[in-house]
Amino acid sequence: MSTEPRSLARRLFEPASIDSQAPVARVLTYVLLSLWTLVVVIPLYWVFITSFKGPGEVDNGPFYLPFVDFAPSLQAWDFMLVQNYTLRPYMNSVVVAVASTLLAVLIGSLAAYALVRIRFQVKLAAVAIFLILLTAIIVAVATFGVRWEIAIVVAAALFVIALFTLVGRTKLAVGNSDIEFWIISNRIMPPIVAVLPIYVMFQQMRLLDTQVALIATYTAINLPIVVWLTRDFFAGIPLDLEESAQIDGASKFRVFFTIALPLVRSGLVATFLLVLILAWNEYLLALFLSNADAQTMPVLVSAQNTTRGPQWWNMSVLITVMIAPVIIISSILQKHIARGLLVGAVKG
Amino acid sequence: MTATDTMPDAADRRSWAEWLDGHSGRIMVLPAVVVLLCFAIFPLIISAYLALSRFALASGGFTLKFIGLLNFRKLLVGSQQYHLLGKFGTFGFVQFALLALIAAGLFFLLARYLLRGRPTVVGTVGRLLVTSMAMGLAVLALATMAPGGVPGTVVNTLLYVFVGVSVQFALGLGLALLCGQPIRGRNFFRVLFFIPLMVTPVGIAYTFRMLADMQKGPFAPLVRAFGISEWSWATEAWSARLMVLVGDTWQWTPFMFIVLLAAIENQPRDQVEAARLDGANGFQIFRDITWPAIAPIAATVVLIRLIEAFKIIDLPNVLTGGGPGLATESMTLHSFISWRTQDLGGSAAIGYMLLFISTIVCVSFFNFVVRPARRFEA
Repeated sequence: MSTEPRSLARRLFEPASIDSQAPVARVLTYVLLSLWTLVVVIPLYWVFITSFKGPGEVDNGPFYLPFVDFAPSLQAWDFMLVQNYTLRPYMNSVVVAVASTLLAVLIGSLAAYALVRIRFQVKLAAVAIFLILLTAIIVAVATFGVRWEIAIVVAAALFVIALFTLVGRTKLAVGNSDIEFWIISNRIMPPIVAVLPIYVMFQQMRLLDTQVALIATYTAINLPIVVWLTRDFFAGIPLDLEESAQIDGASKFRVFFTIALPLVRSGLVATFLLVLILAWNEYLLALFLSNADAQTMPVLVSAQNTTRGPQWWNMSVLITVMIAPVIIISSILQKHIARGLLVGAVKG
Repeated sequence: MTATDTMPDAADRRSWAEWLDGHSGRIMVLPAVVVLLCFAIFPLIISAYLALSRFALASGGFTLKFIGLLNFRKLLVGSQQYHLLGKFGTFGFVQFALLALIAAGLFFLLARYLLRGRPTVVGTVGRLLVTSMAMGLAVLALATMAPGGVPGTVVNTLLYVFVGVSVQFALGLGLALLCGQPIRGRNFFRVLFFIPLMVTPVGIAYTFRMLADMQKGPFAPLVRAFGISEWSWATEAWSARLMVLVGDTWQWTPFMFIVLLAAIENQPRDQVEAARLDGANGFQIFRDITWPAIAPIAATVVLIRLIEAFKIIDLPNVLTGGGPGLATESMTLHSFISWRTQDLGGSAAIGYMLLFISTIVCVSFFNFVVRPARRFEA
């Protein structure tokens, strides 16, 4: 039976072997994938070529091909990068994104490692008393005009007293998974809820419109993601390596920095990149916390909407210089990112 | 003599190191907890206080006056109701039919839980709360989208979240399945399709404004051929919303795609091959092998996307400025606009309502979709 010649229809609709597709299906696959390729490429291509246009080329109808239907010029590039102060927001963005990402990855992976390897027991009563006292401080300061230094000292004293007298008698405690859940669930909070008090806080500390304010805030909002991703990387490394090091007398910190961290290198790269991109593109918090000195690129780009309408050529330069580095970095390290995201999504 | 001189010192150092090691767990977690306390818990409590007070600029500073739930009253039934909830249209037959359908579905799920499983007090109360909120939001959405109605920022946000995430998931899954076929150039597609995720949302907004320009955008000749170059998408509510959704979808489909493709590549190869040998077709393989293998990951990806989708502001703010009218305004943008007009109390109240809605939606999605999907796998 196997020698029977296959009809044309069967050859078109059935795969030649287990590992391949039928010709018709293969053509269809490529057509659909090419369509989406166009969807991805056209916007990027349009931004890129518009950055080489001038007012004339943009306003006199669409031109598609540089050198063919319009003469590209570097006028907009010269205007934005040389004559204007674009470099400063750019440097702000770089400093803020890199510093906050480093901090978030360091603090987050330390916490994640501890939560995976060490058992925690925090009395529920202590948490409750802490929150009640925190609320009391805010109400006292805001409503009754108590000086905040006094309120904090009194509350701290009350907390210590309560810790030694009441808390010891209670049984209910929160464990590792509860702490982890609390840290990760902070990501659900929309930043708009927290940004008003953060704004006032930095205003009081005279840190508004500084890189420090942005770095601290970005570290905080990206911390949950770091903990959520890195905890699974740490949970995946075998215990015996760390145990033998501990028997040799190494401290927990030493084990973390010399054994655990190097073992999850690839996962850390993924986490680092993901957080870096989130910080690089962040808009809302930068809008609140910076206006001139610490302005970042997304805020600068969104502020381009002048009274005469956005000048597409200048805008395109800004967008191109913003997305070029992330596209290059992520294309090179793309495999790491996919794997990192997958591990996170599997365990969650 | 030297030994006795250094002894206390060494002992000191050792006990210090021992103390450090004994408390290493707490010391490792402490920075994260402090950061989150300062930037999440503390602001949340202050925001709650702000939401319950009236803020006014006074000479040399500002005053805060505790006014209870007045801010919420203003938003839900008072002068700001139009902005937040929208204007209610008249209920027609279609609206009643849809509402009955949703109510029946919710009632069925609730009844199944109460009759089939072993209902607990917490589970029942939680489900009742979720059901009534879902019902309320469904009524709101249907009423404001009915003829004569105008959707407010709540409905806009829900639209972005539910329509946007579903479309992105469908497209991402479709592309991942196509790319998961034995084809050449998979890595090329993977790298290329990933790129939009990296682009700043603000940049995407301007890019799509350029592309959708009817006179000088790349599609202008096409538009002229259809004779609609006088028409502008920005002046009509639904086309403007569609634009926001298109930009959002362009950015976030890659996220779904990249994770789902990695999951598909991890599915059990031998099972797929065995099924092929037995003559199973593509759909059967997807239903019986691929889908069960990727379901837990798919559920988690959707959850992550849901959490982020509620925070949308950059796209509507830059693409349309929330307009025409308030057709594309999201809740975060609404809150931002209130803040700019010095209505701090109102702004915080909107933020809190967004927090409430998104928390309930995300927690119920986790409980009712992600958890069962994982159990299904195990």
